Amino acid sequence: MKSLKNHFSLIAALFTILFTIQVYQILDRSISSYEENLRANYSIVVISNTAIEEASITSKFSLIRSIEEISPEKVIKRLEKEMDKTSLGLLRASLPKFYKLSLEHYPQPSEIEILSAQLLNMKQIKRVESFSQTHDQIYKLLLLYKGVTQIFAFAILIVTLLLIAKEMRIWQFQHQERMNIMALFGAPMMLRSAVLFRLAILDAIIAASLIIATFVLIINAGWVEPYFADINIHVTVFDFTTDSFMHFGIALGLSVLLALMLIANHKEEV
Amino acid sequence: MDKVIIAKDLTLSYNNNETIINQCSFDINSGDFVFITGASGSGKSTLLKSLYGALSPKQGDLVVGGVTMNNINSKKLNFLRRHVGIVFQDYKLIKEWTIEKNVMLPLIISGYAKDVSEIQVQKLLTHVKLNHQLGKYPLELSGGEQQRVAMARALAHNPIIILADEPTGNLDDYSSQVIWNLLEGACKQLKTTVVVVTHHIPETMKTDYKHLHIEHGSIYEVS
Repeated sequence: MKSLKNHFSLIAALFTILFTIQVYQILDRSISSYEENLRANYSIVVISNTAIEEASITSKFSLIRSIEEISPEKVIKRLEKEMDKTSLGLLRASLPKFYKLSLEHYPQPSEIEILSAQLLNMKQIKRVESFSQTHDQIYKLLLLYKGVTQIFAFAILIVTLLLIAKEMRIWQFQHQERMNIMALFGAPMMLRSAVLFRLAILDAIIAASLIIATFVLIINAGWVEPYFADINIHVTVFDFTTDSFMHFGIALGLSVLLALMLIANHKEEV
Repeated sequence: MDKVIIAKDLTLSYNNNETIINQCSFDINSGDFVFITGASGSGKSTLLKSLYGALSPKQGDLVVGGVTMNNINSKKLNFLRRHVGIVFQDYKLIKEWTIEKNVMLPLIISGYAKDVSEIQVQKLLTHVKLNHQLGKYPLELSGGEQQRVAMARALAHNPIIILADEPTGNLDDYSSQVIWNLLEGACKQLKTTVVVVTHHIPETMKTDYKHLHIEHGSIYEVS
């Protein structure tokens, strides 16, 4: 019973840390997905006197992913009833070219300013419409989300450090006596610490397995994804391969670190 | 006769620099049974600590089992401790281990095979009359029984020296007598050197063995 209790204290601490990290992962992924949505829906419109080659503009501006010509036919069709064919022909010939520029990522306001200025420096470009006011508002909202997530990540770090420090004190109390007794009979440090490492590795495996099982259950129950889908965000709640690998890595890393800290602090009683 | 402990002008002190043992010299021969006595705080346990390397000599020389204890490194210290059996007043058993595993500890450390260790532990627990308790944990036993387990552990690896610090300090008369018999048996039958720090030498053993007394930082042999 006592042995179970000893295991439980580290497993509970590791489980809490891993759970918080996975929640942070989900938040981070949802923000990335939201940012990707923004990027896909955002474009800059340029008006040019002459045709623009896609290769020439994408090679010049790394921020521009692609360029697509906007056909003026919809507008011209609307005018068909009011104008004769000759006038429409003249209008068609005199109209400039309209292009929609898609970008590599959702840009910062300063990046838009620079890009707009550089595009306007090109002889054939008459005008650039970046819809900057709407963009700025959305960008600020994104920054707010990111800020909140970073504060959350910082809080995780603090909680993790506090939990590790607490565990360290508990472990020191639990293992110091045994290590001292083993030292009295000439056990080398490796042998004295063997129980500690065995315990640390076992607890890390149990905690990581529990967290994986928890999130697999959450995925299968379908509780989280619909909430994100409602706001058009498609997020992977738990990627079995990469997230499992990450949790095993973090749990093993933390518990082995804890064991190493304890060994480094171990002092033989005199 | 071989000298198993040699102290020459030995001075011992803790970090606060107060001298506990001051320039003392003594020898202990192989197979000797030695009592170390003195008032509380006289330095009996400090002297014993220096014999198992928990405290380094401040000055002078100390050799235990052929190993020089001055500035000893951990490798040499571990080697020495694998040839020394230690018994404490508070038993120092590992609470989360069974009696069997506690007695097996020196054998595990010395790298004995499991089957050999099991036979040795069975033999020792029979010797201390606890062979029926090997699956129990220390806190399930009485103080006297725990000290018998500690004795079995101290004997497990056939040590050249047994160091005992107030081994009967927490025990009733009957249990104390059992421990004295075990220590005496180790010395007489196994020819192990036994050094015992104690407040009280049993009447029956008073005249038979070497007796070192510590007073005001000096060590005298009582004849």
